[in-house]
Amino acid sequence: MSAPIIEAKNISKRLGSGSAQVLALKHVDLSLGSGNLTVLMGPSGSGKTTLLSILGCMLAPTEGTVRICGRATAGLGHEQLAEIRRQHIGFVFQSYHLFPTLTAAENVQMALDVRGEIGAVARRKTKEALVRVGLEPKSGAFPRELSGGEQQRVAIARAVVADPSVILADEPTGALDGVNGQAVMAILSGIAKERNHAVLVVTHDTRLLRFADNILHIEDGVLKREEGANANVLRMRSIA
Amino acid sequence: MPLSLTLASRNLFQDRLRLVATLVGIVFSVVLVMVQLGLYVGFGRMVTTMIDHAPADLWIVTKGVKSFEDVSLLDTNIRDKVQAINGVSEVVPVVIGFSVWRLPNGGMTPVFVVGSDLKADGLRPWHLVGGSLQALSSPGAVAIDRFYYKRLGVDGIGATSAIRGQPITVEAVTSGIRSFTTTPYIFCNIDQARSYIGLPASKSSHFLVRVKSGADIGRVRDEIQATVSNVDVLTPSQFRERSRSFWLFGTGAGAALFAGALLGIIVGTVIVAQTLYSSTKDHLLEFATLRAIGGSKGYIYKVIVYQALLNAAIGFALASVVAIAVVGLTAQSALPVVITSSLVIGLLALTIAMCVGSAIVAILRVVRIDPVMVLAR
Repeated sequence: MSAPIIEAKNISKRLGSGSAQVLALKHVDLSLGSGNLTVLMGPSGSGKTTLLSILGCMLAPTEGTVRICGRATAGLGHEQLAEIRRQHIGFVFQSYHLFPTLTAAENVQMALDVRGEIGAVARRKTKEALVRVGLEPKSGAFPRELSGGEQQRVAIARAVVADPSVILADEPTGALDGVNGQAVMAILSGIAKERNHAVLVVTHDTRLLRFADNILHIEDGVLKREEGANANVLRMRSIA
Repeated sequence: MPLSLTLASRNLFQDRLRLVATLVGIVFSVVLVMVQLGLYVGFGRMVTTMIDHAPADLWIVTKGVKSFEDVSLLDTNIRDKVQAINGVSEVVPVVIGFSVWRLPNGGMTPVFVVGSDLKADGLRPWHLVGGSLQALSSPGAVAIDRFYYKRLGVDGIGATSAIRGQPITVEAVTSGIRSFTTTPYIFCNIDQARSYIGLPASKSSHFLVRVKSGADIGRVRDEIQATVSNVDVLTPSQFRERSRSFWLFGTGAGAALFAGALLGIIVGTVIVAQTLYSSTKDHLLEFATLRAIGGSKGYIYKVIVYQALLNAAIGFALASVVAIAVVGLTAQSALPVVITSSLVIGLLALTIAMCVGSAIVAILRVVRIDPVMVLAR
């Protein structure tokens, strides 16, 4: 078995201060391997986004260790964490967060530009990423000219264009209708399989479970893996 | 074009109202600074115009004289002493002083008389547009600038009047010899100048010294200084510097111009800083996204600095158009705004520094940005 791309051990996270302090994550262990799409489910306030922030090197855990492609994140500064995100992580956000003044192609190319990849090679990679999500014909369109589903596909292209090891998707279908949501999940699933990426999708939509290779459930900051018959039942329900 | 520059320019042009407000601020600021410094340059040139046009290697002036127009008296016999110094080729006396010109209606107006030995290549009028220098040798012949026709109540060559009660005839007309004091210059032969001012033949105001070819000007200067007491012996550049220093800083005129320029810089900096800050604040989510997808702080600063540079470039270009118009409009005025190429380069650098400096406030805001905010929305 290959080494995990993301490995979190005994992660705890306290948020707030004084009497308002809460333990958002409690001793979470998690490992994401390449070629798999993992779905992280849980109700609002369960700690999904906090966990995603820590795995995405945006937030430091109060306790525990996180390793991204073998590199420990503990004690790293903001710039070093940004470098890890740049090199290893692609993000897909619920609200897309595309740059409204840039075209679809420019939005995708931005992920390469921040890595210092420019010129013809960057344009070729951008085109390939847009082809992969089926939006190459709309590469010149601005976000306001695209539907929600199309915008999310541009965001996915931006996340994968630099060929990161892991894709972290925060409620990627949250702002989409069922059809577009299924289409976006199909693309993410395909990326995991064909490109051998580790994909973690945070969602509370059980209809998406049929795309999952692994299902994680989080509640009150405690993570548990749905395995065996229970996981299959959940998948069957989502297909039904 | 780099994508960071594309993002900067699109964000800048997205909010056109804010862009217009920013550009108005920059143009106002740059034009104000340009005009103030242009006036400074113009004034600085004007106060040294006589020194600039005098054919002298050295000037002998009364000790402590502040400028060319600072009327003081030297004994004319200094000329013989200086002429005897090794290396001196020629010593030409110059007489200056205020007098009064009779107007056609019987009234009087002040004039500034400049008299020199015209045959000895003294301080002669330049930019002649009428008459001749030879004609100035005639009794009562004077040269005036055509700009002062109306002031002096004359209409050109052949016009007559009187200075200090003595009849004169305009025999030469110049163009562009303007006095920053607004008192017209009158050029004439040195003997006539003495009588117009009321000076005895034994007195002169300054002496122009020309040294022989190959002579060491510094040595000649030291020797004159040692030979003649109570005088300052100055090179033209020293006399220029002394005149500028007196008129621009001794009178407070230069300080006022610099204060205006400083005000312009402050106003421009505040306006650009305010608009860049509000623009950055409006695009915080985009900067957080950039940070989330791995953009370094340097990359984000680059976007903001590009915005500042675009502001500077567009603002400076527009300000230059206004400044060219101001230069054209003031060219014939008593105090023209003079824009030199070095001033343009300096102002461009100042505009860039002002705009980039203004970006610091916006950058300080972005420094604190937390990429987690993109997950929370």
